Amino acid sequence: MENLLDLSIGELRRLLDNKEITSQEITRAYLERIKEVDPRIKSYVTVTDDLAMAQAREADERIKRGEIAPLTGIPLGIKDVICTKDVKTTCSSRMLENFFPPYDATVIEKLNSQGAVMLGKLNMDEFAMGSSTENSAFFETRNPWDTERIPGGSSGGSAASVAARLCVASLGSDTGGSIRQPASHCGVVGLKPTYGMVSRFGLVAFASSLDQIGPLARNVEDCAILLEAISGHDERDSTSIPKVSFSRDGVLEKDIKGLKVGFPKEYFIEGLQQEVEEAVKGAINLFESLGAEVKEVSLPHTEYAIATYYIIATAEASSNLSRYDGVKYGFRAKEYENLMDMYKKTRAQGFGPEVKRRIMLGTYCLSAGYYDAFYKKASQVRTLIINDFKNAFKEVDIIAAPVAPTTAFKLGEKVNDPLKMYLSDIFTIPVNLAGIPGLSMPCGFDQKGLPIGIQLMAGHLQEKTLLRTAYNLQEALKLSFKWPEV
Amino acid sequence: MARITLEEVKHVAHLARLEFSQNELESFKDQLDAILEFVAKLEDLDTEGVEPTNHAIEIFNCFREDKVKDSLDIKDVMKNAPQGEEGSFVVPRII
Repeated sequence: MENLLDLSIGELRRLLDNKEITSQEITRAYLERIKEVDPRIKSYVTVTDDLAMAQAREADERIKRGEIAPLTGIPLGIKDVICTKDVKTTCSSRMLENFFPPYDATVIEKLNSQGAVMLGKLNMDEFAMGSSTENSAFFETRNPWDTERIPGGSSGGSAASVAARLCVASLGSDTGGSIRQPASHCGVVGLKPTYGMVSRFGLVAFASSLDQIGPLARNVEDCAILLEAISGHDERDSTSIPKVSFSRDGVLEKDIKGLKVGFPKEYFIEGLQQEVEEAVKGAINLFESLGAEVKEVSLPHTEYAIATYYIIATAEASSNLSRYDGVKYGFRAKEYENLMDMYKKTRAQGFGPEVKRRIMLGTYCLSAGYYDAFYKKASQVRTLIINDFKNAFKEVDIIAAPVAPTTAFKLGEKVNDPLKMYLSDIFTIPVNLAGIPGLSMPCGFDQKGLPIGIQLMAGHLQEKTLLRTAYNLQEALKLSFKWPEV
Repeated sequence: MARITLEEVKHVAHLARLEFSQNELESFKDQLDAILEFVAKLEDLDTEGVEPTNHAIEIFNCFREDKVKDSLDIKDVMKNAPQGEEGSFVVPRII
């Protein structure tokens, strides 16, 4: 089967259930492709060959017995920030280079219970801090559309591996755009669900009030299948929403007549690459031809989102990352004089520059005398940003906007200017601050042939409307989908 | 005017249990200064009387039954410890 690697979850499901192919054949094909292609893309930190083949064998047994779930036998990649029992989970950090979690994250338990296959763990910016995957302590991941460019970040490995057909779909995590921005740069679909819809148990914490796990896939249908699989209440995560669930029934309904779509004027600003603006506006116009009502909306506090985010996220990170002290797990410095010296040398040697920068900023913002001026102020502005969305969603069902101001930039272009790097997150951060769901999907290509993404946002727990809107747009765009040549 | 001094950078590094070379301290000072300058734009906004948000979703205390459950096996947990002995973590002498 020549085009086996081109098939989506839905298409593979049909072949598997009709016994036209086995999970072992699919899994072997992916493992071979990883061996051949990943040395150029570098999306995987760890490839779990033996585990994958064992899981595929088990999946084939399940299918024979008729115990079929939507993901039974489907090979997936997992961002290396999600704990996998006895499989190295590094967060692309020296600090966790040899960390083997003694338990599975809830999302992994859920995938395992469906009989999904894990191909391996995917590269990322260290501790999910970054927008280019250049902050990985191990290596840079390349964008499959142009290997001189970044895949986006922090879930760069998750996006690049889907685009380069090194897995069928993947899981990533999104704290300020870390699923949506790389999805946009790699031309795949990525979803950050409502805060609290997916359990964070076993997700290595960066900023706990913002982090959320979500899927990256080749199309909207596959995203919906994955979200259905990983969502739900979990008593081990006290921020998980009680009784929450997602069913994909109705997502593939071809009708958005009467839907109200807003485009925020604050997202179409100077610095937005012209081709991005044109592609996004073109997609928004398509909504109108599908019978939706399109209007301008305002999110007036958008310009304060980055400043708010970099206070809140770094404050939470400085607290979360205090656990890496060289005592219970992870790296410990070889030479030290006493306990304090051991802490400092361990952390100085174990963390990379961006992680240290954020710990420093967060510690400063929380330190005596500065708490009110920074953390409290930012938490208040966060309320204003949430109110912006509440007001906008009184008028519209969906907000459509760019994902990132430009298409994928070159490796090294922004790596020495942290502030410049932070500014590339301008359109994705507000969604995390507000806890609402946001989706990125391809809507065109620029002149260099790089993918352009459009972002769709919806109110809390409105994933079904969000995915149905995305599905209708995907079908209307009819992007002559091509795979990057790698 | 600089928003953060070298002395403050050193103090924050100590609070964060990090240590830096003189060069790193200087470069962190400049980078943090630029970031703090940028985030200072929040000062333009009047937030008098605005409730701070700690979680974007309204959630309430999550209570659950206090049931005895199995814990992780000590041997499994200790596998990741940089230094361990008889089920305990070993740290440098502190007294």
